[in-house]
Amino acid sequence: MISEKVIQELKEICGSKFVSSDKTDRILYSYDATRKQFLPDVVVHPADAQAVSRIMKLAHHHRIPVYPRGAGTGFTGGALPVHGGMVMGMSRMNRILTIDQENLVAVVEPGVVTGDFQKAVEALGLFYPPDPASLNVSSLGGNVAECAGGPRCVKYGVTKDYVIGLEVVTPSGDLMETGGTTMKGVVGYDLTKLFCGSEGTLAVITKIIVKLLPKPQAKKTMLVVFDAIDSAAKAVSAIIREKIIPATLEFMDGRTLDCLRQTAGLSLPKGAGAALIIEVDGDTEFLDKQAQRILNVIDSLGVLENRVANTFEESEEIWKIRRAVSPSLRKLQLEKFNEDICVPRSKLPEMIRRIEKISDHYNLPIVNFGHAGDGNIHVNIMADKSDAEQMAKADQAVEALFRATLELGGTMSGEHGVGIMKAPYLSLELSSQSIQYMKILKKALDPHNILNPGKIFPDDAHALPGEMK
Amino acid sequence: MKDLEQYREWSQACVKCGACRATCPVFKSEHREGAVARGKIALAQAMMDGQLFAEERLVHELSQCLLCGSCTHLCPNQVPTSEIVAAARREVARKNGLSGFGKGVAALLTHKKAMDWMSKGSDLASKLLCRQIPDTSGLRLRFPVPGIPEERTFPKPSFKPFLKRELRQTVSRSAGPRVLFFTGCGINYIYPEIGEYLVRILNFMEIHVTLPDEQVCCGLPALSAGAGEAVDTLAKRNLKALKIHAFDYVLTACASCYGALAGIYPTLGTDYAPFAEKTRDIMDFLMNMGLAARLEALPRSADRVKVTYHDPCHLRNHGLTRPPRQLLSALPQVDYVEMADAATCCGLGGTFSVHHYETSQEIGNQKAKHVAQSGAQIVATACPGCIIQLQDSLNRQKIPARAVHLLELVSQALPVK
Repeated sequence: MISEKVIQELKEICGSKFVSSDKTDRILYSYDATRKQFLPDVVVHPADAQAVSRIMKLAHHHRIPVYPRGAGTGFTGGALPVHGGMVMGMSRMNRILTIDQENLVAVVEPGVVTGDFQKAVEALGLFYPPDPASLNVSSLGGNVAECAGGPRCVKYGVTKDYVIGLEVVTPSGDLMETGGTTMKGVVGYDLTKLFCGSEGTLAVITKIIVKLLPKPQAKKTMLVVFDAIDSAAKAVSAIIREKIIPATLEFMDGRTLDCLRQTAGLSLPKGAGAALIIEVDGDTEFLDKQAQRILNVIDSLGVLENRVANTFEESEEIWKIRRAVSPSLRKLQLEKFNEDICVPRSKLPEMIRRIEKISDHYNLPIVNFGHAGDGNIHVNIMADKSDAEQMAKADQAVEALFRATLELGGTMSGEHGVGIMKAPYLSLELSSQSIQYMKILKKALDPHNILNPGKIFPDDAHALPGEMK
Repeated sequence: MKDLEQYREWSQACVKCGACRATCPVFKSEHREGAVARGKIALAQAMMDGQLFAEERLVHELSQCLLCGSCTHLCPNQVPTSEIVAAARREVARKNGLSGFGKGVAALLTHKKAMDWMSKGSDLASKLLCRQIPDTSGLRLRFPVPGIPEERTFPKPSFKPFLKRELRQTVSRSAGPRVLFFTGCGINYIYPEIGEYLVRILNFMEIHVTLPDEQVCCGLPALSAGAGEAVDTLAKRNLKALKIHAFDYVLTACASCYGALAGIYPTLGTDYAPFAEKTRDIMDFLMNMGLAARLEALPRSADRVKVTYHDPCHLRNHGLTRPPRQLLSALPQVDYVEMADAATCCGLGGTFSVHHYETSQEIGNQKAKHVAQSGAQIVATACPGCIIQLQDSLNRQKIPARAVHLLELVSQALPVK
């Protein structure tokens, strides 16, 4: 519980309108896209970095857990107040401070919505590539904290590849800058990269400096349908081996296509077992050639049909198919365990085969789609929520999936992070030395474990008594 | 009407992904989780689970919804948040009693004579209830209520309601389909001329239109205010009023009325389904009757006016976005231009604008800005409520554009007979 005196101080810092310990507000900030719920004791919305610093000093003094929150769209529970305490919403800090066209750098506050920022830079002919599926709602602060990815990352890299500087508030309340606005910089440790993907456990991000690219002139989208998933996986390897990196290289397996057929009315050739959406971007005159090279390389690999978009509308038609995937899965009325494993690209065909084996072994449908170009697969293990046996099997299937992934040199999470959802499996992937090293770091920077406690490390996460069922 | 508990399964279909944050007009102005669909559903679930009862903060958050339905449109699971919010408001009303305002709305709407009187005594009533109403046109709130901020521009209610007017129809019996016109309060009391345009256009199409006398308010404002019983009462009376006529279609020229008749009524009972199936928005109906081709055949005027279109939520939610644009494009005196975010709610939202005039203004201002940027001199729409809000927003922003019902432009284009 947080004393009335502390609440008063918080109100002085944020303005009373932006501090609430009312049950209604506590419920409103108790969940994220994991659908799990934990009630915080108080919700605050600071206006600026100074306020964040004062709040952290107060929290440090009183040992109050603090959970920074962007848009609450995470899939691993990064924003969940699992041990009670204070949710710190960053939505008021939502200004784009500068877009520097001479240096191709922008400075933003953490609450800026990623999609809004992309529109703002694209209006100036610039480009900020990271494109998580949630980009129309998720915030840049959350994207940095989780190191978000997206379809375009196969060519352009993930969030941390664009962050070159930060302003953060440490767990003890100090305001600190890392990196800067230069393209290079090797003075001291690279703290910027340390904070990227640290899931809000090491510092509260209050300002972000990102580098920008010139916006590609045009893009070309293709939908290629294959006879089998193996063919599609081979095609991905073939494209990469040919030294072509498309801007996006998305795949959908046979079961995904079945769902789309049933629920979204997609018409596909008979025997379709998988599909790839391939998009190339760059100068207009060079696009047709590149698209043709790709089609040549994969031609002999079980292609049943290919559709090349010639207009923006045709391209949108193709992307509509991809965007219909998640809604169509939900229509199956099953609980889905959405994992985002990532394997070396060359191991993709093998990984798909292993997933099929897991599906057979546990007798559970598994639907796969995702960013094939970088080996990042969204594996959806489907189970009937009302069937306890199936749900238990799904848990086992998840573990089997992680083990298979790691055997192939992959990682349990390409994009979503660990949070509370993957914490129990941490030691499958990381050595005890590596976990120990991270813990030492966490302890040194946050000795009282007040900043986003209960995340990443299994011993913090294994028992969370505050969960609302 | 359905209890909140009956929405338990639908609430569970909300996967808390937050996609609704991208589209909710109230969220875009407020930036708080309580404003957006995901938050509202979490609160509704907390009410069902006994975590929340009818606390002041809860009631406030529930009031922060335009019931515009844009979240449902974008939701991966199409969760009907506006229905859930309306049910939660009814639940609050059941526990706390209706708010004074809600009582007023319910009492007024279910009492047709009072509505007629308010309109007849418009000068008196508006001075009494709306304080000073500036003469500078710009329509206003659908129902006069106490406590309206003075800067708000508001149309005077009409002296003679549409349904009390002597209407001359040039067609005595329909060669085509038999149609009833469900007038709605906005047209009956505030913009009777819209009804007159409709009759004129239908007569031009050689269609006689019947105006059922006993019809009352569609009930949407009562739904918005959480007055569930009033919605039931009104729906029943309307069903009775329409059933006594033989008809092929019930026409509406108010998007909200269309939303009620075609969307809400079927949820009230099976009696309403056949009636809902025959309900048509006037634009959709006119397109199907081939009006566009007849308009296109008229000589193009040399002196054309630039017109843009605003999608009323209750047409957009039913997928009715093309017919009005097709009609506009066919009009000989119009150059049709699309404005940015044409399908975003105007911000009126039934009783929303009464409780949250500032937020409603902010949403309206954005709309007015888009009208100005489009360069249009006229913004056409298909809902009296939207006209009120759009004109008020344009006036406030000093943008010299006019908000009109599309039927006005269509009627204008027809040759004088």
